[in-house]
Amino acid sequence: MESVGNLILYFVVALVIIVCSVLTVTTRQILRSATYLLFVLFATAVIYFQMDYAFLGAVQIAVYAGGIVVLFVFAILLTHQPGKDAQRIESSRRILGAVAALLGVAVCGYGLFSYANFCHRQLAEVSDMSIETIGHWLLSTEKFGYLLPFEAVSVLLLACIIGGVVIARRR
Amino acid sequence: MPLSYTIAVIAIPLLMFFFLGLAGVKMDKKLTGVLGVIGMLITTVIAYGVALTYFFGSDQGQVADGVRQAVVVFNPDWLSFTKTLVVRMGIMLDPIAAMMLIVITTVSLMVHLYSLGYMCDHHGHAEKGFQRYYAFLALFTFSMLGLVVATNLFQIFIFFEMVGLSSYLLIGFYYQSPAAVHASKKAFIVTRLADLFFLLGIMILSYYTGTFDFDQLVFGPNGANSLEVAQSAIATGGGATFLGCSVMAWALTFIFIGGAGKSAMYPLHIWLPDAMEGPTPVSALIHAATMVVAGVFLVARLFPLYVIEQGAMEIICVVGAFTAFYAAAIACVQSDIKRALAFSTVSQIAFMMTSLAVSSADGGLIEIHGGHGLGFMASMFHLFTHAMFKALLFLCAGAIIHAVHSNENSKMHGLHKYMPITSIAFLIGCLAIAGIPPFAGFWSKDEILVACYAKGTGWGIWMSMVAGMTAFYMFRIYFLIFHWKKHEVHTEHAPSDQPWTMTLPLIILATISIVAGFVPAHDLVTWDGKELHTQLNWTVAGSSVLIACIGIGLAFKMYYKENELPDKLQARFSGLWEAAYRRFYMDELYQFITHKVIFQGICKPIAKFDRGIIDGFFNLLASVTGSAAYGIRRLQNGSIQSYVYVYLVGALALAVITMVCVLI
Amino acid sequence: MNLTLLMYLVPSLVMFGCGVYGFLTRKNMIAIMISLELMLNSVDINFVVFNRYLFPGQMDGMFFTLFAIAIAAAETALALAIIINVFRVARKVDINELTKLKF
Repeated sequence: MESVGNLILYFVVALVIIVCSVLTVTTRQILRSATYLLFVLFATAVIYFQMDYAFLGAVQIAVYAGGIVVLFVFAILLTHQPGKDAQRIESSRRILGAVAALLGVAVCGYGLFSYANFCHRQLAEVSDMSIETIGHWLLSTEKFGYLLPFEAVSVLLLACIIGGVVIARRR
Repeated sequence: MPLSYTIAVIAIPLLMFFFLGLAGVKMDKKLTGVLGVIGMLITTVIAYGVALTYFFGSDQGQVADGVRQAVVVFNPDWLSFTKTLVVRMGIMLDPIAAMMLIVITTVSLMVHLYSLGYMCDHHGHAEKGFQRYYAFLALFTFSMLGLVVATNLFQIFIFFEMVGLSSYLLIGFYYQSPAAVHASKKAFIVTRLADLFFLLGIMILSYYTGTFDFDQLVFGPNGANSLEVAQSAIATGGGATFLGCSVMAWALTFIFIGGAGKSAMYPLHIWLPDAMEGPTPVSALIHAATMVVAGVFLVARLFPLYVIEQGAMEIICVVGAFTAFYAAAIACVQSDIKRALAFSTVSQIAFMMTSLAVSSADGGLIEIHGGHGLGFMASMFHLFTHAMFKALLFLCAGAIIHAVHSNENSKMHGLHKYMPITSIAFLIGCLAIAGIPPFAGFWSKDEILVACYAKGTGWGIWMSMVAGMTAFYMFRIYFLIFHWKKHEVHTEHAPSDQPWTMTLPLIILATISIVAGFVPAHDLVTWDGKELHTQLNWTVAGSSVLIACIGIGLAFKMYYKENELPDKLQARFSGLWEAAYRRFYMDELYQFITHKVIFQGICKPIAKFDRGIIDGFFNLLASVTGSAAYGIRRLQNGSIQSYVYVYLVGALALAVITMVCVLI
Repeated sequence: MNLTLLMYLVPSLVMFGCGVYGFLTRKNMIAIMISLELMLNSVDINFVVFNRYLFPGQMDGMFFTLFAIAIAAAETALALAIIINVFRVARKVDINELTKLKF
């Protein structure tokens, strides 16, 4: 049995995720959309914490909520006059999109509910999730070590910095 | 002068061509003309030196055992395809080549000098394209000289094409006039058609004899004047026959067709009258004196082969005799002075051809060995004298045209008073061509008639008649231009004799026309190199002079003073007159054959097939591909959202399929 | 009542559906980017919960998520730079109106 606190936390988080996701894509004010995204990301971070992945939750908050959403807000403020609503999306487009999305959700949901036996597993105890272990594996060259992707990502980030400078530079 | 100097005779005109053609544009027009004349003068001096050395120099060793040898000055390999198939480029001097050097350089020099005056307007300003004109003249001179000294058939063919090209360029010199452009195209196409046969003939001949070189083909391996090689060559090909004639006969006939195209023999003569659209000095040089005798020269060059193949000779004989009469008949009614002279040229060249052809018939091979080459000698002699007096006549015509600005003799009449020098020069030319002693034409034409009578009395009478017609139509032209009635002065300037640059060549050529008959041609220009001992045949000579006098008298009666007789005769024989005036409808016939039969009947269906079926198939392929691409293009519309739709559908379909499979 | 794997997958699925819907319907490029982030985030959740429930002793799913976040950050930064650049040139961010380079 789970603790009641855990259950309540789960339901709150699930509710926030579902409601805010829907609001993110339906609101007509782009700045609000970004704000709802921020809530979704926070809720996701809570899930990570619940999974005992404290480091990942911290990264989620720092990078996603702290970095990416701020970038979005910057971009939005640079390209939009504040307080001006976006145009209403024409209904045919909306319906088509909704049908496609719902169809996808339905197919996946049906698959989940009917076939996946593993879906009913319980959360198991986890032995060691300290930051030391994560750091060890992240920079390890042994089996299950992630040094190479780590380096690749750092190069990617460098390329991204240079690319961002080149693209945004005034000609 | 060493014979190797001949290379300079060839090289100087070529250099002048490149120099005047490339640098002339930057130079003063008159200067280019003067340079051209000086270059030609040097060429002429050297050519005379070489020719006189060849004929009279005793230390060169070209006369052995009383036989004048052909001297190959040099003969390097030019293209060696295989061991046996080698094309050489060289210089060979023999009597006819040496004689042609003199003819070409003399006439060319006269024309160069004359053009200085002719190609200017009345204020003395040179015409547009003056430098181009002189460059082309130099090119023509080079090509013609290269042709006559050629050592092999291939080389002669190349230079044959080059004289055709320069003729084309000079006929079309006034490229802004549509008539000149048409005439140049016509000349080029007709002569090219004939040259196709020439090339065929060369191929057949060299295939069976295994050589292009004249010294093997005609003169024998040691340069000796032997017929054995030629005979063995004929014998090699003699085994093969085609349509009942030997291969050699076919080859030689084809080569004659090539020559007939250049020499304007019937029915390939149609280009020559139109070629008169070019500047008159060009007509004098190319279309009267030098290029048009290239065909005669070609037959003369291969004469020993023709002697053996009597079949080909018969064809030449008939064609020549007919052309001589046909052209003379047309010349009697032409009103355009240059056209009349052009038909006169055709007729005279036909005389030379006939003379070549009859010379073999007087007893066959054995007697030829014995020295019967009278026709050959007469033909070459007539070529020489004709070049001189016909150039003179054309240059006189040019002077007259320059003075009255018209080609029609109805605009001329009575010019004797205004242009006395031109008138006398023209008269000398007429007397020479009519065959009145002691002018040049008498001597050469007399030899031709003797040769014709030797073949058969019928041939002789026929040619004598044509000679009489020649006298008639030449004096008709002369009287119509210089007498008939008083000249009506239309322009503000009365016509007069032209500047000295134009008059001097007339005087020189007139002098040559008077004395050229006394050149001892029968000692110098014979087919086998031996001296030919002839004497005047008084019967033939007397009768031909009598016929010429009758012709002149008739012309005098009809055309000296203005009278009704010509009009009456014209009315009486209007059909005949009209037919002759329209050249017996040969041009219309060609027009019909080319346009109606070939273009409409053959080319058009082929073109339709090509456009409809061949092109259509590929157009179909292209349009199908194009429309398919156009259809597919809509899928790539650049909207990422529509791509995502497609992607989503695919992903969902995969998911559904997977689930269905698991279910089953 | 226990918290099963399925219970975490459902919000993730809804989030993904919303991302798809937003991606397909929105015209504003920044809104499209936001929808994209939603989809990425839902995938991240899946990685983490699968890893946690099915293979508790390992942490590959967590690392994948870590890298996915890094890459998402890079991608967003570049995309937004491009969008701002486009806006500077064309004064608009609607993808339907940016048709200057279309054939």
